[in-house]
Amino acid sequence: MSYRKRKIINNLMLFLSTLSFFVGALFLFWILGDIFIKGISKLNLRLIIDLPKPPGVPGGGVANAIIGTMLLSLIASIIGIPIGILSGIYIAEYGNNRFAWWTRYISEVLSSIPTIIIGIFIYIVIVVPMKRFSAIAGGVALGIIMIPTIVKATEESLKMIPNTVREAGYALGAPKWRVIIKVVLPSASSGIITGIMSSLARIMGETAPLLFTSLNNNFLSLRLDQPIASLTVTIFNYATSPYKEWKDIAWASSFLLAMIILLLNILSRYYGKRRYHQ
Amino acid sequence: MRNTGEKIFKNLTILSSLVITIITIAIFIYLIIGALPSIKKFGLKFLWNTIWDPVTEQFSALPAIYGTIITSLLALIIGLPISLGIAIFLTEICPFRIRSTLSFIIELLGAIPSVIYGMWGLFTLSPIMQFKVGPFLNKYLGFIPLFSGYSIGVGYLTAGIVLSIMIIPIISSISREILSLVPKEQKEGALALGMTKWEMIRKVEIGNAKSGIIASAILGLSRALGETMAVTMVIGNSYQLSISLFSPGATIASTIANEFAEAFGKLHLSSLIELALILFLITFFTIAISRYVIIKRFEGL
Repeated sequence: MSYRKRKIINNLMLFLSTLSFFVGALFLFWILGDIFIKGISKLNLRLIIDLPKPPGVPGGGVANAIIGTMLLSLIASIIGIPIGILSGIYIAEYGNNRFAWWTRYISEVLSSIPTIIIGIFIYIVIVVPMKRFSAIAGGVALGIIMIPTIVKATEESLKMIPNTVREAGYALGAPKWRVIIKVVLPSASSGIITGIMSSLARIMGETAPLLFTSLNNNFLSLRLDQPIASLTVTIFNYATSPYKEWKDIAWASSFLLAMIILLLNILSRYYGKRRYHQ
Repeated sequence: MRNTGEKIFKNLTILSSLVITIITIAIFIYLIIGALPSIKKFGLKFLWNTIWDPVTEQFSALPAIYGTIITSLLALIIGLPISLGIAIFLTEICPFRIRSTLSFIIELLGAIPSVIYGMWGLFTLSPIMQFKVGPFLNKYLGFIPLFSGYSIGVGYLTAGIVLSIMIIPIISSISREILSLVPKEQKEGALALGMTKWEMIRKVEIGNAKSGIIASAILGLSRALGETMAVTMVIGNSYQLSISLFSPGATIASTIANEFAEAFGKLHLSSLIELALILFLITFFTIAISRYVIIKRFEGL
């Protein structure tokens, strides 16, 4: 092949690679731009403070769904964060054995299970015995989805702490668990917090596991044993409804949800970056 | 005293790890138990029959399995080259100073919730598919059965395109990591031998990272297989087997999302759970293959 020809192929392929990046970026800005443009014009204060109204009645908001999403995330965090951090500690600090290898493997398997299947599992073990869709069922489903991400973030940030730090702790006479809690965990905290924030962003955007666990609720509810609304399920129901008023609310809620999730992602990136500069 | 503290703490960490194992195995076992009535009633026929009728209580999985696999393959065919291009751009072409900002842009694609992809797919992409892309493909490629018929906007192809955007961040971030593992000396050596930059990328980088790229593609595929909301909103939800990519269809996940909460008959519910079991097994084995490819590649290291 002549040099000329090789040069042309080279330029062409490098151009195509660059183009791929711009295609990816284009889709991001297209999707976000769409949500922003169509969402922001329909956004008003009533959306955040009002409860849903029947189609045809002007106004109406998603206050119940905003509070529902927060409550569901809170339940999920209470379940997912401690289990995730503790197993991450086991793998990183006690884990020179088969069980740690197994835990890491099974946590990866768990993270690869489609979230709608987690929803079915929770339906069988919580919704059917309780005979009712409930906030607690939705929260537990989201909690399970959180676990693998936090295990991985904890394990990775603990492994980045040099052994000399631990040895310094032992030299002071502290037992292993005190060294982990007082020395290792605090030095790894920014990595763990980054992991928590990005897993929170992820579960706030989850819809599938909530469809038949927490279902939906047209009223403001804080009860754990009752169905509860969430932003994502509300968006799905309103977007696929035939009413224009509801579609408008779906756009505005999408804008709200996208803002929350982007903010969490940017915060977690900022937080993760800061630790390298210290 | 000191020993009790240590014991309690260590046992807590072991207990948490056990909980993860128990949940994962329980998911598998409960799916099997839930699917039993349907397995007993329909047997293996469930896998290749095409009827799904809650009224006469006849259920089978082929249209959903077909829809799941065809949309995911479409996603991979469209998404893999773009993702590889992005990985190459970010490791070799873009200036170092803006590299992390640009890769954050691609990562953000992965942070957008699935239901928002669905909104965009339903209200923005599907009209374009219906009035622009569909007629165009039909005009020039209509002789291929895949592109026959009229596009109504929602269907396999639209779902495949939305999925391809959703898997770009996964495939590109993993293959970027793998490309950057290729030793600098080898790259410089190749350039010193007179290779052009692209030849170096193709022979040294991609050659070295081939198995890692395959593994990342399989991971992207497994994400596409289980994706629910975006697909449910743009696939059209018709439980019919159709060869044309323009026709509306269903996937395993979309069928479950549409029908599970309203399934009253025991057999209906059980058939949906059997669908979930099939999806679980398909994703489990694709992940297992990708792990095997990675382990085989790196076991020497």
